[in-house]
Amino acid sequence: MMRLPAFTYRAPRTVGDAVLWLAESPTDTMLVAGGTDLLPNMKRRQQTPKTVIGLKGIAELTGIRASGHLSIGAGTTLTALVNSADVRSRCLGLWQSAAQIATPHLRNMGTLGGNLCLDTRCTYYDQTEEWREAIGYCMKKDGTTCWVATSSKRCLAVSSTDTAPMLLALGATVTLVSAKGTREVAVADLYNNDGMQYLTRRADELLTSIDIPDQTGWASTYWKLRRRGSFDFPVGAAAIALKRDAGGRVELARVVLGAVASQPMPSPKAEAILVGQVLSDDVIAAAAEAAYDVAKPMDNTDFELVWRKKMVRTLVTNALRELRGDDMRAVRMSLAKQVL
Amino acid sequence: MSHAFRLSFTVNGEPAEVLVDSSKTLLEVLREDLNLTGTKHGCELGECGACAILVNGEPVLSCLALAVEATDSHVTTIEGIGQGGQLHPLQDAFADLGGAQCGYCTPGIILTAKALLDRTPDASADQIKEALSGNLCRCTGYLQIIESVQKAAEEMRLRPDLQVRGTET
Ligand SMILES: Cc1cc2nc3c(=O)[nH]c(=O)nc-3n(C[C@H](O)[C@H](O)[C@H](O)COP(=O)(O)OP(=O)(O)OC[C@H]3O[C@@H](n4cnc5c(N)ncnc54)[C@H](O)[C@@H]3O)c2cc1C
Ligand code: SF4
Ligand code: FES
Ligand code: FES
Repeated sequence: MMRLPAFTYRAPRTVGDAVLWLAESPTDTMLVAGGTDLLPNMKRRQQTPKTVIGLKGIAELTGIRASGHLSIGAGTTLTALVNSADVRSRCLGLWQSAAQIATPHLRNMGTLGGNLCLDTRCTYYDQTEEWREAIGYCMKKDGTTCWVATSSKRCLAVSSTDTAPMLLALGATVTLVSAKGTREVAVADLYNNDGMQYLTRRADELLTSIDIPDQTGWASTYWKLRRRGSFDFPVGAAAIALKRDAGGRVELARVVLGAVASQPMPSPKAEAILVGQVLSDDVIAAAAEAAYDVAKPMDNTDFELVWRKKMVRTLVTNALRELRGDDMRAVRMSLAKQVL
Repeated sequence: MSHAFRLSFTVNGEPAEVLVDSSKTLLEVLREDLNLTGTKHGCELGECGACAILVNGEPVLSCLALAVEATDSHVTTIEGIGQGGQLHPLQDAFADLGGAQCGYCTPGIILTAKALLDRTPDASADQIKEALSGNLCRCTGYLQIIESVQKAAEEMRLRPDLQVRGTET
């Protein structure tokens, strides 16, 4: 058996208690929601908190409230998200991103808050303690060198959350609560392009909810690249949301890439190309090219990096064609291997 | 650091109480403290589905569940789905149609399929595939597994009296 390291477990019933307990020793305490990211990492000794605060008993962290906007508790499971008619009808892209995460079992356990805070990933890091020891560890944990780029001053581990790029494209915000107070942060400002300090969340903060503004007039879609039709983390993704006028002319556009950097990566250039245009083949090709330029995949995940970068063009093209109304079901099926 | 705690929950319809360490997973407690070794350990990292059990009727991975968080829950393992000496229709079908070869993935698959059929008795082949998409099998090539689930579903629709124990949530 692969055992967890020893830790003290605490189970608050309220957000108030959780943040008080977190404030006692934020640097060696970690929160656990579904545990589907934290527990494998603890078994491999990538993360070794002295205290673990379990969030399952906090009722106020779960649930989806729909009025003009959509408010989703951080402790809501991915299954609950996928089963929500409100989510599916109002932000199809978010539904598509959640439905493609991991497996049904993992979606029954994993939460939206945990997905946003998911640790960054790398083939030199997601390994057992013995494996990592054998290469002298790496900068992200217990070592000094980055084996992906030995001259790199920062860790290049990959942002691998499926929902974050989509929530960024939907203009979502999150609420972070600590013993010191509450702040609202745009998902766009929740991340740093740094594999180690990938979140701007402070160690004493609890993410309590995710808010998505009214999507009237918007349409969204999410395209993911992975090896198998289940289990696998994204190795490339396009999350796109568009607001168009009655004539199909793009008024506002958000184009965000997943799994090609240490954070979800927006392409302001692709957005600028789309605004004011109808989605002609030429416009789509130009936007896909601009998105391709910002993708900086590294050689530290599944698949070869040049191909992953090329696939960004394909993902963005497919996403925009689908939003234009082209029948992309067969292409979707060949890539996702599930109906989306 | 870690401390022992008294875990009380319901396992296969019966109350269970056991003193365990707070850093143990539910998989470890089932196999090592309750001797329920029908639940298998494969990858122990969420990557195979061999350890799948039902918690309050939902398929979850026991290798990634903290035992302490199972307090007061209803857990169903492969040992708990038959009745008396009688196998569950899913177990019968897997034995009859070669849905189990080495059998290592079988407990996790049968429990996952049971959760599906309890909710969707007339599940289509696509729904079965989707529900089982988190269970790897190294032997069968999956076709016999899907056929076994379909046969069991048919049997269960014809003979509702076979809807046995372990369905409680
Ligand atoms: C085999 C496998 C495949 C997977 N495939 C995918 C995939 O395809 N796509 C994908 O996106 N993910 C994938 N995952 C990762 C994971 O299952 C999901 O990201 C899941 O949503 C994580 O949620 P959780 O509640 O289980 O997180 P946890 O493990 O509980 O927590 C994850 C991190 O977030 C922190 N955290 C949790 N909740 C909060 C909160 N409310 N406030 C502040 N911090 C918090 C924790 O401290 C921890 O650092 C996979 C995992 C496995 C094991
Ligand atoms: S990118 Fe470099 S420092 Fe970061 S986890 Fe990988 S090898 Fe380690
Ligand atoms: S042993 Fe739990 S998923 Fe493999
Ligand atoms: S029967 Fe051997 S792994 Fe499935």
